Amino acid sequence: MEDGENDGKRLVFVTVGTTSFDALVKAVVSQNVKEELHKRGYTHLLIQMGRGIYSPPKCDGADGSLAVDYFTFSSSIADYIRSASLVISHAGSGSIFETLKLGKPLIVVVNEDLMDNHQCELAEELEERKHLYCARPHTLHQTLTKMELDSLVRYTPGDGTPVARIIDRFLGFPDD
Amino acid sequence: MHLRFTPNRLVILSNGSRAVCFVPMWQTFSQRSFTLFYYSHCSWFRYTPRFYIAAATDNMSLQKARSFEHSLPDKLLAVKEDSLRFSQIYRSREVGQSYVTSVWTTIVAIVHALWLMIRIRPQVILCNGPGTCIPLCVIAFLFKVLGIRWSSIFYVESVARVKKLSLSGLLLYNLRMADQFFVQWPQLQKNYPRAHYVGCLM
Repeated sequence: MEDGENDGKRLVFVTVGTTSFDALVKAVVSQNVKEELHKRGYTHLLIQMGRGIYSPPKCDGADGSLAVDYFTFSSSIADYIRSASLVISHAGSGSIFETLKLGKPLIVVVNEDLMDNHQCELAEELEERKHLYCARPHTLHQTLTKMELDSLVRYTPGDGTPVARIIDRFLGFPDD
Repeated sequence: MHLRFTPNRLVILSNGSRAVCFVPMWQTFSQRSFTLFYYSHCSWFRYTPRFYIAAATDNMSLQKARSFEHSLPDKLLAVKEDSLRFSQIYRSREVGQSYVTSVWTTIVAIVHALWLMIRIRPQVILCNGPGTCIPLCVIAFLFKVLGIRWSSIFYVESVARVKKLSLSGLLLYNLRMADQFFVQWPQLQKNYPRAHYVGCLM
């Protein structure tokens, strides 16, 4: 797993996607989660909070504690992920695979307020394959304490060739 | 069955968000459907002209489609100017909309889809699951049944579906509308044996 460390800055990037997920924002700025992150050597916490109404307290980290900052939306989420040492994300497949493909350690937090929540299936399946950790807002602290980044398995991007081959054959094209 | 023609029209259906999503599915779409052919022994050039269709409320997919087309190596580029088109289509169901009111919006979407299908007359339809694809696939299927036009329908289920198919997937699978049906997780293939398991495409 890659660590985006530079100049001793170790960033935790939190993303909620295009809607809101206040429960996640509240969970990451809770005292015990912030302490655990600080204990693990992270220096900055940056939150993409979407349309959420809860604004977390900002902190510049001058006193040696974890620096906290947030913003609503950005078109360059990938850049933030790239510069992060740890990503905490909602369960959307876009964010999940973007983070995995950049080789960043990832904790996915499932939004329990959604009905028909098929997205937790994806996070749980990928957790079973050791590509990421899966948590709920209230279990985030617990997940952080037991997290071992070395045990994560790097995700290898998929290959569309079999699909194209089946389609080509079906349409009567010869194999190259 | 094998078709004895050179497919010269391709529709790609993108999606907007789905059922509950608090994530825009174009992210999935862009990565998945595009790289699908890009990685594959360059068969993309065989499919031309290419029409990309996305939901009217989805601004990202077509933008992604355009930048994807521009990133192609020369030999895969659509040769003629009019061989590349991008259109939007009304959604049969918005995120969070109830299934009851979606009956009416589906009718509107079908009429619009009918117009698109008559205009484009695709031979190949490749879709990745959103509600947007249903009207077009239903029309293509009816055209087939009525002997008006034969289009092959290929459906790739979303990577987010691990154990259960999406509503679109269920319809296309159970009514046998899709000529080939692809799933990205082995659990799904177990439950739906006519599907091809192709591994996680992301």
